[in-house]
Amino acid sequence: MSNIPTELRYTKSHEWVRRNEDGTLTIGITDHAQGLLGDLVFVETPEAEDTFSAGDDCAVIESVKAASDVYCPVDGEVIEGNEVLADAPETINHDAYGDGWIFKLQPEDEGAFEELLDSDEYAEIVAEDSH
Amino acid sequence: MKKTPLHDLHVSLNARMVDFGGWDMPINYGSQIDEHHIIRNDAGMFDVSHMTIVDMKGDNVKAFLQKLLANDVAKLKDKGKALYSCMLNEEGGVIDDLITYYINDTFYRTVVNASTREKDLAWITKQAEAFAVEVTERDDYAMIAVQGPNARAKAHIALGDDAAEKLDDMKPFFIRDYKNMSVARTGYTGEDGYEIMVPEKEASALWTKLLEAEVKPCGLGARDTLRLEAGMNLYGSDMDETISPLECGLNWTVAWEPAERDFIGRSAITKQKEDGVKRKLVGLVLEGKGVIRNHQKVMVNGNEIGEVTSGSFSPTLSQAIAFARVAKEIGDNCQIEMRGKRIDARVVKIPFVRNGKSCL
Repeated sequence: MSNIPTELRYTKSHEWVRRNEDGTLTIGITDHAQGLLGDLVFVETPEAEDTFSAGDDCAVIESVKAASDVYCPVDGEVIEGNEVLADAPETINHDAYGDGWIFKLQPEDEGAFEELLDSDEYAEIVAEDSH
Repeated sequence: MKKTPLHDLHVSLNARMVDFGGWDMPINYGSQIDEHHIIRNDAGMFDVSHMTIVDMKGDNVKAFLQKLLANDVAKLKDKGKALYSCMLNEEGGVIDDLITYYINDTFYRTVVNASTREKDLAWITKQAEAFAVEVTERDDYAMIAVQGPNARAKAHIALGDDAAEKLDDMKPFFIRDYKNMSVARTGYTGEDGYEIMVPEKEASALWTKLLEAEVKPCGLGARDTLRLEAGMNLYGSDMDETISPLECGLNWTVAWEPAERDFIGRSAITKQKEDGVKRKLVGLVLEGKGVIRNHQKVMVNGNEIGEVTSGSFSPTLSQAIAFARVAKEIGDNCQIEMRGKRIDARVVKIPFVRNGKSCL
């Protein structure tokens, strides 16, 4: 089964969100999503100071099989994109929740994190996906 | 969904399974890119049991195939020799591409695509009536493709007994019986290897022996990037019933001589040739970042001049490559419209990779 850490929040479009101690958010795609995409070969991360609303497409990940947008989970301003991914997109395949993070965001509203899906709710979406 | 005799083995090997034209098939067993490199550098195997084996028998079978196929089976002088050909409709469109093996003067075997099974069988059977040729689908066979520079040596170990002695001198593009199997030195990867037709009840045992001989299971994902690098067309992507062989890089498979051989589609493609073929299939290499995808537009000086028919990422070259059908006047450079941007690409000769090495 897919790995779905309980301390993270999630979106229906398969992003995960970690709240850092300073209130910033780190965002990536879930283990389930990387598994569906297969080997990643290209990632275009957003740049610092880009601002997005929740639901905007803000990054592109391409596997051998398909291209996929990454959607911003909440409103906010990008602090940094993960530069490692430019040369090593496969990092997401190997470590989706760790070194494979995609970007860090300063959320406009700190409470927005709480409104995202928790791990149980996301697990249900994954279960439905598999049928 | 249809399952091959090896289905349970794929699941036990943790394959990611996908619907492939109605068949539940492995797309990869972990990493498609790793599987691609295994075939370029060592030995891997694919379950290709979904492909359709058709035996054709009768006194007039040669004449029948000379009518049915755009290539000429008269080129097959030696028993066991294989021929790649298109099967055309009257309009010159490609019904399917296939391999025909010359077994003996009253028996040829053909392997056609899985996705075209029903229409192929219907077409072949209909055309065969006038020649009194008996057409039999061999769904009692499974098929395993063992591919890569070390594929034959490892297959000999897996087949055991006197396999090396009985098979080692077989030349490329030939088929030979071995015990109750048919072993063909053909494939769809640009590497050496075998396609082994094995009675379906024995397929699992052979697969397991191949695993023991350190042949790695590979999914259809790697099969697609391998064939693209090797410059081999995929039916349904690079050609279909609306595309003639002259528009998809398969001119070389049309046997124009002898002029009196009246194969189906001949008059249509002869007219097309005389009028001038306006489109051709070219290879493209992306200069920028990203991955080329099927159906993306090919642009020159801001004008759309064609479309990508097969696009992907080349693991051997570490860049995006594609086939595209374009106006025949295309020069050395173009742009591909990808996700709202236009990215530069270079027009190159097909294939991209041969015997594991870049051709660029």
